Amino acid sequence: MCSGHSRRLRYALGVALNIDQDHARFRDIVRGKVRENLRKYISNGELIARQGKDTVSIPVPQIDTPRFRFGDKSAGGVGQGDGESGDPVGGQEGEGEGEGGRGKAGQGEGQHALEVDVSLDELAQILGETLQLPRIENRGRRQIFAAKDKYTGISRTGPESLKHFKRTFREALKRQIAAGLYKPDRPIIVPTREDRRYKSWQVDTLPVANAVIIYMMDVSGSMGDEQKEIVRIESFWLDTWLRSQYKGIESVYITHDAAAREVDRDTFFRTRESGGTMISSAYKLCAQIMKDRYPPDEWNVYPFHFSDGDNWSVDDTTLCVQLLKERVLPSSNMFCYGQVESPYGSGQFIKDLREHLGADERVVTSEIRDKDAIVDSIKAFMGKGR
Amino acid sequence: MAMGTKRELPSYLEHWQVNIEDHARKLGLDIFPQVFEVLSFDEMNEVAAFGGFPTRYPHWRWGMDYERLKKSSEWGLSRIYEMVINNNPAVAYLLEGNSLVDQKLVMAHVCGHNDFFKNNFAFKLTDQDRRPPSAAEDLVVSRAANLPSRKWIDAFANHSTRIRRHVERHGIEAVESFIDVCLSLENLIDPPGRLLEGRQRPLVSDEEPEPVELTRFQAVDYMQPFVNPREALEAEKKKLEAERDRSKKFPETPRRDVLAFLLEHAPLARWERDILEIIREEAYYFWPQAQTKIMNEGWASYWHSKIMTGYAATGDEIVDYADRNASVLSTAGGRLNPYKLGVELFRHIEERWNRGQFGKDWEDCNDLEERKNWDLKLDLGRRKIFEVRALYTDVTLIDEFLTPDFVIENKLYTFGWSNRNERFEIDTREFKSVKDKLLAQLTNFGSPFIAVEDANFENRGELLLKHEHQGVDLDLEKARRTLENITRVWRRPCAIVSTVETRPSILRFDGKEHTTRPLK
Repeated sequence: MCSGHSRRLRYALGVALNIDQDHARFRDIVRGKVRENLRKYISNGELIARQGKDTVSIPVPQIDTPRFRFGDKSAGGVGQGDGESGDPVGGQEGEGEGEGGRGKAGQGEGQHALEVDVSLDELAQILGETLQLPRIENRGRRQIFAAKDKYTGISRTGPESLKHFKRTFREALKRQIAAGLYKPDRPIIVPTREDRRYKSWQVDTLPVANAVIIYMMDVSGSMGDEQKEIVRIESFWLDTWLRSQYKGIESVYITHDAAAREVDRDTFFRTRESGGTMISSAYKLCAQIMKDRYPPDEWNVYPFHFSDGDNWSVDDTTLCVQLLKERVLPSSNMFCYGQVESPYGSGQFIKDLREHLGADERVVTSEIRDKDAIVDSIKAFMGKGR
Repeated sequence: MAMGTKRELPSYLEHWQVNIEDHARKLGLDIFPQVFEVLSFDEMNEVAAFGGFPTRYPHWRWGMDYERLKKSSEWGLSRIYEMVINNNPAVAYLLEGNSLVDQKLVMAHVCGHNDFFKNNFAFKLTDQDRRPPSAAEDLVVSRAANLPSRKWIDAFANHSTRIRRHVERHGIEAVESFIDVCLSLENLIDPPGRLLEGRQRPLVSDEEPEPVELTRFQAVDYMQPFVNPREALEAEKKKLEAERDRSKKFPETPRRDVLAFLLEHAPLARWERDILEIIREEAYYFWPQAQTKIMNEGWASYWHSKIMTGYAATGDEIVDYADRNASVLSTAGGRLNPYKLGVELFRHIEERWNRGQFGKDWEDCNDLEERKNWDLKLDLGRRKIFEVRALYTDVTLIDEFLTPDFVIENKLYTFGWSNRNERFEIDTREFKSVKDKLLAQLTNFGSPFIAVEDANFENRGELLLKHEHQGVDLDLEKARRTLENITRVWRRPCAIVSTVETRPSILRFDGKEHTTRPLK
């Protein structure tokens, strides 16, 4: 009786669902809010800390629905499990909003911005639209793909070295229980051939990077934390934009005072030296790296240099101009120099560059007085579409 | 994405549906007829974003929920195992490609929810053929199979059609932003009032209004008609009465169903009124579910466990079932899991009533040993939990059945934010604190009591709301933004009386500016 009954009751769910529309509306609203607040996001630098692998989590203000609710002063709740008074409560990272009887009220309470994940691509697109940046023309360099193995699933056959032990033993346990061979007081589990499970993989092709950003930064004593913060923020946005323009991108970091070193990203933003400044040292190292690793017929090369513009001597500045002209510029898409203002620097270097190379369209210089000037500096650097 | 292809339930699943339902009925569950739909992974996320319904009115927040669900399920953080709609017949979804044991588990779990929907008193609020109950007993009596009428899938589809029509006429921007306004007010309803609607209630004031006092000059009897002429008295009486009536407040008594009040009295366009009405209807529909999260999940988990282990799971499925069940009831990371808390509470109650651990003798017994071995072999447990599932909500359940023993056995504790260590830390495992915190938390997830106090505040046609303060302040920032939204509906300045940091205060928004001042 029941089967006929339920068939008769079958609901007509054949109505088209419209989530795509609603989803598009939501993304529109988010994009609008991000665009509205882009300058603020750029100058306060808060997005950098929120960067994931391919996405940025952006706090979007005023998108949630306000209601008359209780303010929660007594943050906390009820939990369940082991532990003494004073022990930390587990799982504090990444908890969602507390719902139902679940704990975790508090921390997020009172703040009213909703966090939305926006992909770096989308962010770059918004940046491009807002600053009206032209798309960059890939200068006819070839796109190379490389094959990469990715472990994606489980299979019944495979090499012993890829055996998945947990799965294998679980299968064996299941089989033994089903067959009545499992004794709880003597839990010996012996996998047979049929129980074996192996990790299996797929071959992915990934585009190989064909663009490189070479960041150079002056870390001499006159560059303070605030100046470095500006460089950090600016490099994040330059990265984001250039990444959206090329399929793959590499970064090189060079710090310099009187001498230059290639360092990793972390060191780049942390190093602080007290020595003097010889900019030519950085340009020399940059030229060397370009020559060794990034031949111009395969690579789009973007050297960026940030400094407070206080070079050691006029001679060194002359050497810099010569290095740029002869070795750096011919193999680069463009060369960008950003000068941050520091209370100690004379800021002479930018004037010298402009004097000697101002006519060269491959050279862009920009003065970044404070965080609010970052936006305009990005526009100056990327506005040429090279 | 269109969900055009309708799939019949495969016959092996249909077979299990019939068997599990029959078994559930044998165990005493009283369920609506059920319909199971098999959905693909994507469809499941879509339906979940719509709150379980295949059709909802157009709004961006479904898109937001969809994105969140999709992401977390792609990352394997959460998978929706069961979804069931409080509808008659109940509609539930099965995820395509799940193993048979998972499907059976979902079916068994759904039977529990279904019984709860049908029998818990709070859900009477969702009866579409609700009649005023004549006595309290009516709340518990189940009715014939096709009753009560709960065709909510149809109702929600109709809401969608109505709103889409408004969109065609007024544009998505206008309609969507008005929906935002209404959603901001959706918790200003009065479910208890609605449950008792139509019940004979004593009138607010049965008595005649106090007679007005008229000026009479002293005079000897025969001079009365001349010193105090009848016409003059009449005229004065009329004037005074008119004055008294004018000073009468409107509404005469505070109105908890703020949305109903706005529907009746706010100067809304017809399409706006229609939207507000829809949001109010849906708010009432979802209210019982929010009030019974712990009970509902606990009840369903209790029964899926009984049905699966006692009947539906075969020998080779029992490990997978146990694995799945453990993850559903997991309290990893010190989290309070409503499924776990609920099912343990029901089991605790069942055991207590089986062993007769209730009543005066039990309460008065202080001997630990005696309490431990207390067993009157009453066997009333099953009956008791069926009664509890009908007559309680989360708050009353915790209030009445959370015992010190239970708190210890289930390792419950309170936690709070430690400023020193910048993390949440365990405070105490003391019974009273745990219970208080749990109750506060549950009430907190409910809504503050707010009512329309005066629709002609300060004789300027402004709307005055009143928050009945019970110890916890409102979130002021949210309150201000909500006031802005009410103002948009009322089209005159709006204000709310509440208590801000122990001081009675009044928050007001005049369409441009917010003010806060202490109440005189």
